Amino acid sequence: MASEKKKSTYISGRESRRITRFNRRVTRKLEKERADANKDPKLYTTQMKNPNNVVEFDNVCTYFFTDVGVVKAVDGVSYEIPVGKTVGVVGESGCGKSVTSLSLMQLLQRPSGQTVGGEIRFNLGDGSAYNIVNTPNAIMEKIRGNRISMIFQEPMTALNPVFRIGQQVDEVTQLHHPEMSKEDVKARTLQMLELVGIANKEGVYDMYPHELSGGMRQRICIAIALACSPSLIIADEPTTALDVTIQAQILDLLQNLKDKLNSSIMLITHDLGVVAGMADYVVVMYAGRVVEKGTTDDIYHHPSHPYTIGLMKSKPVVGKKVEELYNIPGNVPNPVEMPNYCYFRDRCEMQCERCKGEYPPEIRISDTHIVTCYRYMDEGEVVGHPKSVDVEAL
Amino acid sequence: MQEMNNPTALRDEYLLEVNNLVKWFPIKSSFFKRTIGNVKAVDGVSFKIRRGETMGLVGESGCGKSTCGRTILRLQEKTSGEVRLDGQDIFALNKDQLRKLRPRMQIVFQDPYSSLSPRLPIGEIVGEAVREHDIVPPNEFDDYITRVMDVCGLPPYYKDRYPHEFSGGQRQRICIARALALSPDFIVCDEPVSALDVSIQAQIINLLKRLQADFGLTYLFISHDLSVVEHISDTVGVMYLGNMVEYAATEKIFANPLNPYTQALFSAIPIPDPDAHIHRIILEGSIPSPANPPSGCKFHTRCSHCTEVCKYAPPEWLEVEEGHWCACHLYDDADAKARADEAVRKARSGEAAGKAV
Repeated sequence: MASEKKKSTYISGRESRRITRFNRRVTRKLEKERADANKDPKLYTTQMKNPNNVVEFDNVCTYFFTDVGVVKAVDGVSYEIPVGKTVGVVGESGCGKSVTSLSLMQLLQRPSGQTVGGEIRFNLGDGSAYNIVNTPNAIMEKIRGNRISMIFQEPMTALNPVFRIGQQVDEVTQLHHPEMSKEDVKARTLQMLELVGIANKEGVYDMYPHELSGGMRQRICIAIALACSPSLIIADEPTTALDVTIQAQILDLLQNLKDKLNSSIMLITHDLGVVAGMADYVVVMYAGRVVEKGTTDDIYHHPSHPYTIGLMKSKPVVGKKVEELYNIPGNVPNPVEMPNYCYFRDRCEMQCERCKGEYPPEIRISDTHIVTCYRYMDEGEVVGHPKSVDVEAL
Repeated sequence: MQEMNNPTALRDEYLLEVNNLVKWFPIKSSFFKRTIGNVKAVDGVSFKIRRGETMGLVGESGCGKSTCGRTILRLQEKTSGEVRLDGQDIFALNKDQLRKLRPRMQIVFQDPYSSLSPRLPIGEIVGEAVREHDIVPPNEFDDYITRVMDVCGLPPYYKDRYPHEFSGGQRQRICIARALALSPDFIVCDEPVSALDVSIQAQIINLLKRLQADFGLTYLFISHDLSVVEHISDTVGVMYLGNMVEYAATEKIFANPLNPYTQALFSAIPIPDPDAHIHRIILEGSIPSPANPPSGCKFHTRCSHCTEVCKYAPPEWLEVEEGHWCACHLYDDADAKARADEAVRKARSGEAAGKAV
């Protein structure tokens, strides 16, 4: 795609037709591979690298085949979620943090959105694992909501306005446990409603979503997510639409429930304050790649990547008076034509001679702390390179 | 309250004075359109803003802070009360006079995606009101728009582009340029950064601060993000269910919040430091309906310090320390206590009479 490197946003008719033809060819091929329902299980069962992890992302590449070209929303992302821990994923909007979680759930907008490379290993608990990237839909249906569940940002749009709360919570249990009787399902639902701190559970069971406040609705969403005691809960900005006081309630609740059910949480947010209070590990993403990962302590006390440092400095903190907030100069690069050097170089104030080279490798600077920046080349050991998939070869 | 009502001495120091502002939205019955109740969105709010300063207005959603901001600009009519901009009661003005005053007070809205017309190019969005109000002669119009855009960090070639070509942060700059183009004295910023990313937030906040220093602007900064409010404001007012519950200088209110609601609100701020173990006051339940607020102190249903008095008598707006106003029975002086007790007695006897009937 040489002509796409042009700076202008203009696309000629010929170019546009070429892109469309290419997209159609690639997405058809990928869809065909996926549609095979009676796939050999060997193709999608693997082994976890470390059995203490519930999910391992290994060089995941999720691309969107759009009319203006291929958008590499997630491009070689690797991190792990350990059992019973909370992992916070931080980054600006459009950095690919939500797309990573959607890839894990296979909820991408197909056929234009495709996971084209890498492995997402999901621990089944019995020594084997699924590679979610190749798992057929029939199996995914048994995993979604049952083993992995998701809490969305907007509780109002996540709930169906024409069904009663009770029905919506019942549905999950019924679907994954068809052997349970109606009474048992209702009893389970009421138990869940109580668990998420709804005092008037019998009343709420018969209510519609519009009768509840935002905080209550988010509690219902949590009840739905936890109905089958999943081993991983994905919370995609669970408190962004809520007030500070309600936010404190919901985060408190999530933390308690996680310990009760021994689940892991993948907490996606852009609020560094929320992550600090909740997470055990933090992953910082920028422009579709992980730039820094480590324990919460590593990230907050020794932020190492210039982007993380900038992010920390640009947030006003109560009790710390500064005259002017730091702001990261410039903008995120265009996702269609990513540069072949470090994506952050053009905005970086600490760049050095080495940064002129290709995208930096992942460098381990302590046992738990990995950063993708040339500044640490001499201090740590190189543990990996984020790899893109060559779309032309597909 | 007494000093607050004395406008003559303070006219020069304070740009905006709001006295006992009330805004109720009537609830109509479906058929006869009779008024069957009121949503008391703003229920008696008073404050003053000094020239060139920023007042932060914080509270949960639904507490009436946005309604307050819009009513101050007379974007909707008041129910009662008084708003004075530079000594002029803006609700006493007729249409033409109000139109003349409009350029002096502007607003920046929360959502930069819906507050810009998708059909107008940026130059027209920024310049429309300038032309309408004859701010500059027609031959200087183009230069003026370029200059305003430049001040807000927008290059001149953006003039012919349309809003969909811009990111959230750029759009918010356009909104600010649009407000600034009329050279206002007073700008209401209604959650200007809550729809933006953290790094973009910092850019916009810095821009607002710089413009304030350069042009001597006065802001009413409405937000629910307390850390942003602390950064930008000189004074802070906390609202709960249509009432102001506490008002003081920023340092004072953050160092020593008096009202139990303010304390709970501030303790809920997430702090980006994993070692910070603050004592969180988790409020039970959610904000009651403003159509049917609780009697007495509106916060008593969720308050941990609730006493018998709180259930019957609404607290008075008192100056507890110098410049630190608070409405809470915990800080009642002797007079207020007596009045509150009287109110409780009356309410009780009324209740008893009601039962007897």
